[in-house]
Formats: sequence, C-alpha cells, structure tokens
Amino acid sequence: MLDQAGEPSLLLIAPTGGGKTLAGFLPSLCELSEGETEGLHTLYVSPLKALAADIRRNLRIPIEEAGLPIRVEDRTGDTSYTQKRRQRADPPHILLTTPESLALLTSYEDAPRMFAGLKRVVVDEIHALAESKRGDQLMLALARLHHFCPDLRRVGLSATVEDPPALASFLARHPNPCAIIEADPGPEPDISMLEVEEAPPWSGGGAAYAIPAVLDAVRQHRTTLIFHNTRAQAEIFFHNLWLANEEALPIGIHHGSLDRAQREKVEAAMVAGQLRAIVCTGSLDLGIDWGDVDLVIQIGAPKNVKRLVQRIGRANHRYNAPSKALLVPANRFEVVECIAALEAVKAHDLDGEPRGPGPLDVLCQHILITACSGPFDADALFEEMHGAGPFSALTRKRFDACLDFCATGGYALKAYDQWKRLIQRPDGLWQLRDPRSAQRIRQNIGTIQDTDTLKVRWRGRGGAALGEVEEGFAASLTPGDTFLIGGQIVRYDRLREMIVEVTRDAAKKPKIATFNGTKFATSTQLSGRILRLFHASDWSSLPGHTADWLRLQQHYSQLPQPGRLLIETFPHDGRENMVVYGFAGRNAQQTLGLLLSKRMEEMGLAPMGFVSTDYATLLWGLDAVGEPSTLFDLEALEVGLDGWLAGNAVMKRTFRASATIAGLIERRLGGTKKTGRQATMSSDILYDTLLKYDPDHLMMQVTRLEAMKGLVDFSRIRDMHARVGNRIDHVRLSRLSPLSAPLFLEPGRVPVNGGAEERLLDEEVTRLLRESGLAEVG
Amino acid sequence: MEQVMNTRLSHSFDFHGAALEALPSGSLFWPDARLLVVSDLHLGKSARLSAVGGAQLPPYETRETLMKLERDIEATAAQRVICLGDSFDAPEIEAALREDERLWITRLQAGRDWTWIEGNHDPGPVSLGGAHRDALVIGPLTFRHIASEATGEVSGHYHPKARLSARGKSLSRPCFLVDQKRLILPAFGAYTGGLFCCRAPLSEMMGYGAMAILTGARAVAIPMPR
Repeated sequence: MLDQAGEPSLLLIAPTGGGKTLAGFLPSLCELSEGETEGLHTLYVSPLKALAADIRRNLRIPIEEAGLPIRVEDRTGDTSYTQKRRQRADPPHILLTTPESLALLTSYEDAPRMFAGLKRVVVDEIHALAESKRGDQLMLALARLHHFCPDLRRVGLSATVEDPPALASFLARHPNPCAIIEADPGPEPDISMLEVEEAPPWSGGGAAYAIPAVLDAVRQHRTTLIFHNTRAQAEIFFHNLWLANEEALPIGIHHGSLDRAQREKVEAAMVAGQLRAIVCTGSLDLGIDWGDVDLVIQIGAPKNVKRLVQRIGRANHRYNAPSKALLVPANRFEVVECIAALEAVKAHDLDGEPRGPGPLDVLCQHILITACSGPFDADALFEEMHGAGPFSALTRKRFDACLDFCATGGYALKAYDQWKRLIQRPDGLWQLRDPRSAQRIRQNIGTIQDTDTLKVRWRGRGGAALGEVEEGFAASLTPGDTFLIGGQIVRYDRLREMIVEVTRDAAKKPKIATFNGTKFATSTQLSGRILRLFHASDWSSLPGHTADWLRLQQHYSQLPQPGRLLIETFPHDGRENMVVYGFAGRNAQQTLGLLLSKRMEEMGLAPMGFVSTDYATLLWGLDAVGEPSTLFDLEALEVGLDGWLAGNAVMKRTFRASATIAGLIERRLGGTKKTGRQATMSSDILYDTLLKYDPDHLMMQVTRLEAMKGLVDFSRIRDMHARVGNRIDHVRLSRLSPLSAPLFLEPGRVPVNGGAEERLLDEEVTRLLRESGLAEVG
Repeated sequence: MEQVMNTRLSHSFDFHGAALEALPSGSLFWPDARLLVVSDLHLGKSARLSAVGGAQLPPYETRETLMKLERDIEATAAQRVICLGDSFDAPEIEAALREDERLWITRLQAGRDWTWIEGNHDPGPVSLGGAHRDALVIGPLTFRHIASEATGEVSGHYHPKARLSARGKSLSRPCFLVDQKRLILPAFGAYTGGLFCCRAPLSEMMGYGAMAILTGARAVAIPMPR
C-alpha cells in the first residue's frame, strides 16, 4: 500500500474485514505523523454514517498509542450544528464523512478554502456506492475537489467484485490511470443450507418455521449475524425469535428504520461482545468491524451471489479460517434459489450488471450545488464534470440541456418562477437567480430515495424515539392498532405533528409492520442456474419436500426449461389466468405484466390485473388467452412499451425519484417536511402535464432511461426473448398448477383498469337493475 | 354527429316534469330549455394552492375543465349555461387565471345566456361576463349550489361518487344523485375529489328509491348504493 502511495488513483480489493480500511489510511498517517500539516489532509467517505463513527474509534487507538499529532473527526447528518460550523472554520486533519455530507460541504462559498490543502481521499466500500446514484454524486463531488486541489490522490476500498477494471475507471479521475491491488481472498467459505425438519411454507418471507433451528445454531456459535432482505421481515423474525428464546440469549436487532440511539446501543453491545446474535438487514452489509462473528445466517433467498459472498465475509473472526454461513429459504421456491446460490458461490460465479453512464438528474443537482457555492462558468464546469468517471462520456449537448433545465425548468414550465433557478450574468457566468434558494437546494441534497417516513415515539412528554415507519403504513393505522418496531409490540395512540405516538402493549400478535426494505431482483446468473437445476438429472441436493413439489409440477404440467418459455393458462376463482415463467427477475416480470396486459386489452381479452415475482408473472382477466405466443411479438411489445411508458405507476414513481434529485420537486420545504402523499400528488400531476405538453422534457427523458434499466428492466425482457425465441410451451390446465399456486398468495397485485372495468360495470348494473325490478321499466 | 353520439351515451330521465339528460361527462342537459348545467368547476385550483404554498400543481386543470365544457356546449348546442357554484376555487381567483383562459371563458359565453350561481368557494361577484345569482328558478326547477329542503331543486356542492364492486373488483365513479325531491350533480372540474353516496350526509339526504347515474364512458343509472 505504501509502495503505491504516489499513484493518482488506487483501487484496493480485499474480502470483507481484511483490514483494508486501515491500509487505506496508512499513507495519510505517515504523512501526518511528521506533524507539519495544517488543515484538512485526508477525506474519508463511506456509505454509512455508522462506518464513519466506527473508523473514528479505530483510528484513535493507533493515533493515541503512537502519540501522533493528528485530529480525526466525523461529519454526517447526525453531527451537531455547532460542531459542523466549527469544522468548516477549523477542519480536522482527517475528516470522515458520507457522500451527501460531502456534497453539502462543496455547496458552501468557503469550500475552496476548506479543501485547499487536501491531499488524499479514501472512498470506503466503493463497490456499494458504485451500485447507486450516491456513487455518481460522490464522483462529481471529487471532480469538484480536484478543481480546488489538483494534486488530490484517491484510494478506493472494495469488497470482492466481478469486474475490478470497471470499478477502477469509475473511481479514477478521467483520464488518469488507476492501479488495482487485489488481496489474497483467503480460504473457501463453509456454506450450506440450514437443516430444518419442517418444510418451508408456500409463500411469504417470514421464515418463522426455521426459528428453532436458527436458535440452535446461535447457541452453538459465539456470535451470529442473521441477515434479512427487508426491514419488515427482520422485525417479524426478531419478534418470533424473541418469543422462542426461552434461555434469554442476548439477541439484538439493527436496521435503517431504527432510531439512531437504538442502533448505537446495539452496535456498542456488539463491539463489547455482549450479544450472541443480531438480526439485521443491509444496514450491516458494510464495513463495521464486528470482532467475533463466527456465523452468518441469511434468511430468504440471497437474490444476488455477489452480495451473498460479501455477507458471508462478515463471519471473519480469524482471517485465515473459513467463513461459516447458513442459508434459510423463506418459502418453497426459495429452496431452489438457495441451492442454486450455493453452487454459484462454490463456482466463484459472481453476478453483476455493467454500470451505465452517469444519470442526468444527479448532474442537474450538481449544477445547482455548484451554483450555491458561487457563480460558475459553464465551459469550466463541463470540463470538470468530464473528469468524473461516470460522466467521462458526457456530451456538451446533454450538459447544456441540464443547464437549461436548471435555469428555466424546461419548455412546459417556463412560465413558472419556482422552477427558474439560474440566470446568466452579463459577464457570462451563471448564478442563482435568487440567492435565498440556496437554502432550499441544500435541504434537498442527496440521491437516496427513501419512502417518506414518520418518526415513532413513546407517548408522553419527552417520550423516547423508537424509529421510523413509512407514511403509507402510518396512514393505515387507527388508534388501538398494534405493530412491531425495534422488536417491541406497541399500540398506536395518535399522530401529532407528524410523529406517531405509541404506548406499550402486552399483545402477543401485532398488526404487521410493512415498512419496505429494498426489493432486489434475482440476478440473471442465478435465474439461469435455477432453470438448469430444474432439469438436472439429479435432485438429491434438494430437500424431499421441494423435490416432491417439483415432481408434482412435472406430472401435472411441466417444469420451465432453459431456452424455452413455459406458459400455463387455467380458470380459477371465476377468472381466467395466465402464468408466464420468464425468470427475468422481479422488475422485468413486472414490466412483462404491464405490457402483456396492455396487449390483452387491445385484443379485447379484458385483463383485470397481474402480480409478479422474480420468476413468473400471473395475469388474470375475464377471457382466456387462446394462443399466448401471439402476445409475445417483441416488436409489438416494444411498441407497446412506448405507449405504455406514458401513464403508469412505475413511470410515475421513477419520475418522482428523478424529479426530486434534479430539484424539480422538493422533499423538504423550509424545515416542514412535505408529506409523502402531497409530494406524490404534485409529482404525478407534474408528470401527466409534461407527458401531455412537453413529452421530451429533460426529466421525461431521464425517467424513460432510468425506468428502462431500473424498474422497467426491459433489457432483461429482451434477453429473455433472445433466449427463448419462439420456443413457447403453452399448457392449458383445468385448474392451477403446483408451481403457480404460490403466486396467488403473493402481495403486490397490480390492477388493470380498462375494458374489463366497463364490462364488469355493465354486469353489475344489469344485475342491480334486474334485482331491483327496474330492468323491465327500463 | 357528436350530438347523436352523446344522446346515445346519455341517460334520459324525468325530474319534476322536465325531461333531462345526464351526460357521461357529468353535465346536465335540458333539451326543451336548451340549457346546459355544470357544477363545481373549481377553476383556478392550482393557482390557489400555489398561492398558499401548498402542492405545486401545474395550472393545466383549468384548460382541461374548459375543454370538457366546450365539448359539451358544442355537442348540445346549448343556448343557456348555468354554472352551479364553486365555479372558481376561491373568491376573486378568476383574476389569477391566465389571459387565454379568461378569453376562452368569454368565447364560450358569446351568444349564450350565462349564469354563475354563487357557491361556498366563490361567494362574491365574478369579474367575468354572465349573471351572478345565489339561486335561479326556471319553470319547475330551482338551481342552487347547496341543496336546501325545497322540492325540484338541482344542486351540486357534494361531488357525489358511487362505489360498486363486481367480482371482487371495486369500481368508483362520479355520479348524479336523484330522488323525488332533488337532483345533485357530480363535480365537473378536473382534480376534484368526491364524497361517496353511501356515506353521510348524502346517504341521509337522498330519499327512498334514489338513483345514482354513473358518469364515465356512458351515463348509466342504478339504484343508489347505500
């Protein structure tokens, strides 16, 4: 590490917990130990606030032991106002922060002074940052820093990834080179499926059936991390675990919706070795050194092999011992997915989609941030942005479109002052039209699109904070309802000033907390493995119950095959159903549902709704689809996509996210947080307006692009089409099939409002008139 | 052509001796009087909301509503138009309408007898053409914003909606409500919410045998859902 300290950019790849964070700081500590540096020397950026705090603790020990004259401080959204002000006036030698706090720092007029002496920047967990727009924003901020201090050197720290050179060019200042160091990956992990006597349920994600076996595993290990894919699942699991925990083993819970103080308590107990297990989510995916973890349990299918490998790496109590991990499928289908994931881990077959070019909504936000710090020259800013890896291919035309959007709001919104943010001065520089808008822009900095949440507190004066729930969930509560938060059952009393007030409740069964976590789509690689597993000659790796289920499907219908597309149609519950086993991942299957229902509508088949999982889409309607292959004309689907892109909820949600990032919609207004419903309301109407009067508006272009790769994921439909061609197997059944049954239990049904509605209305009107004897009067 | 289509999709009914037509758009036509009635246009809603610092709605809803109104006026060749109150979202908000929208209203008024009935949102006089009344009597019918106890009254105000469920799917539509005594019109304006007719006070106001005339692709009458 020290050998290459002079490299302009350096990417260090090591498995989790390989001590790489301290390695990243070595050159800084060496330079700073000479004691001649004044002001900011090293900036450390991590995706988690908790990481920044943890690193501060870990750095302090060597610094104090060696008596080095180095000041280390962190700065995140949690840092106090007074400390933040002091840090700007008198920055420490090493500042630990997050991408959002850094973006905010660059928006102040004194940024050039604060960053003047900066020598190094360390980006921790860069593999995680690169997966979202937070990474794009960070790289733009680094480009800005380079403008203040051209000698800045960058170090990226990453867990194992599938494509190191791509990550290196993301990190490096374009066109500088970036050296890559790959550390020894250590011994192979010891990973298997948890053996449970009881068979998993047909659907759902709770994995309650596995509680006794999980407790056994916890008992046999010193410290266990129990990972979940969503916060709600973690809460429910923790609650059930606690009910079954008769010996009162010390077990904690940790996730992003919990109050900060609560999380810190759990973290401290963990560091002190007081906990035997922590039920957690992605909030513990990264960084923090948990000391003595000797077992990782993954509840629910891992969806993505790379993340699974990274999670397994958390069980690293001894660097040279294999990490130990257990997978617990939450339902029957996930059994197959877990087996496929185990095989992928053994084969070192990591998955990942290549990263697209930097998104323009982030670029717009960056232009506004730059304007906050002072007047700027458009040519210089364009040059500067080119230096950011994700934006190295940015064209001037696109940049100008973003600048125009920031200045005018775009054609359809030109008449409204609220969206005119910039003006060009006579000397050619751009500046904020109204300097007071800087405050609003700063309040909206960031690219994280959390669903709007409300704080939860104990009722009474100074009641302690418990955490947060989604606004939609809070809206569904009536006084007296009970729900889970932080592993406790609480009773909803009232909503006061946007705070949910609760009291203790002795109930055993709560109304379930539905705050979402991220729903990941199963990766292409993993889906392919599942299909191959179906057709393996030997199912001995599958538990008996799962093998029986698949055999039943084989007997009654057939199993989906690689390179073919299985479609089942059957009547059920007074409706006609069609199941498309596309194995294209949740988002693409969702899109397929939308496109197919649109085609069915055109063909007069009166579709009424659909629901999607990672492997299939179930559509229902009034009429049976006679020949499904006629629906699968890719060109027609793509034409349908254009039309469909017009007015649906997925697009509106995507639009809302991008429009918020780009500053078209404000998340917070002068301290008062806009409620989620208000924001949705105005963003939906804005979307409809632009669609009608300015469909080529920059935000509409961004939305289309985003949706195609994100929630729409049309590329995976294209891949599926290329894979199956016209090899479509249609099976007509008299009732639902074993493989389709879980789909009927799946939440997240999407209604289709079209011809079926008119027909149902007619049916219902006729029935009402007949019943009331009015039909004859007519 | 348009007129023929409309008649086919409208619902004809008798109310206190007047032969009326409920149009699928939510307006009411009285052919014998060549009179078109619309209620609760709420023009200028977005302008009002943005003035009080609420949601930032782009002000296209006024156009949408005017476009709908123009279509109905043309299709019915109405000589007389009554706007049944809450035509504007706030007093004097008409002044905040865009110039082209004010002109548009003037164009619609040209050559027609136009009455603004006072509503709770727009109690004062209007700085646009047309008569301004708190109520209006024509033949057997009285036109008023909020229903009173009088008989033969045509009113608006409540934005009535009906909810039906068919094969497990819930359907909701703005609707006219009519019983022996009164006729209540749905809101004609864009972005207006509504009140379900199965809830108080509508459920209590409407008498035995009340019908709901659903708007949408065509107007269709059903016994009012309770």
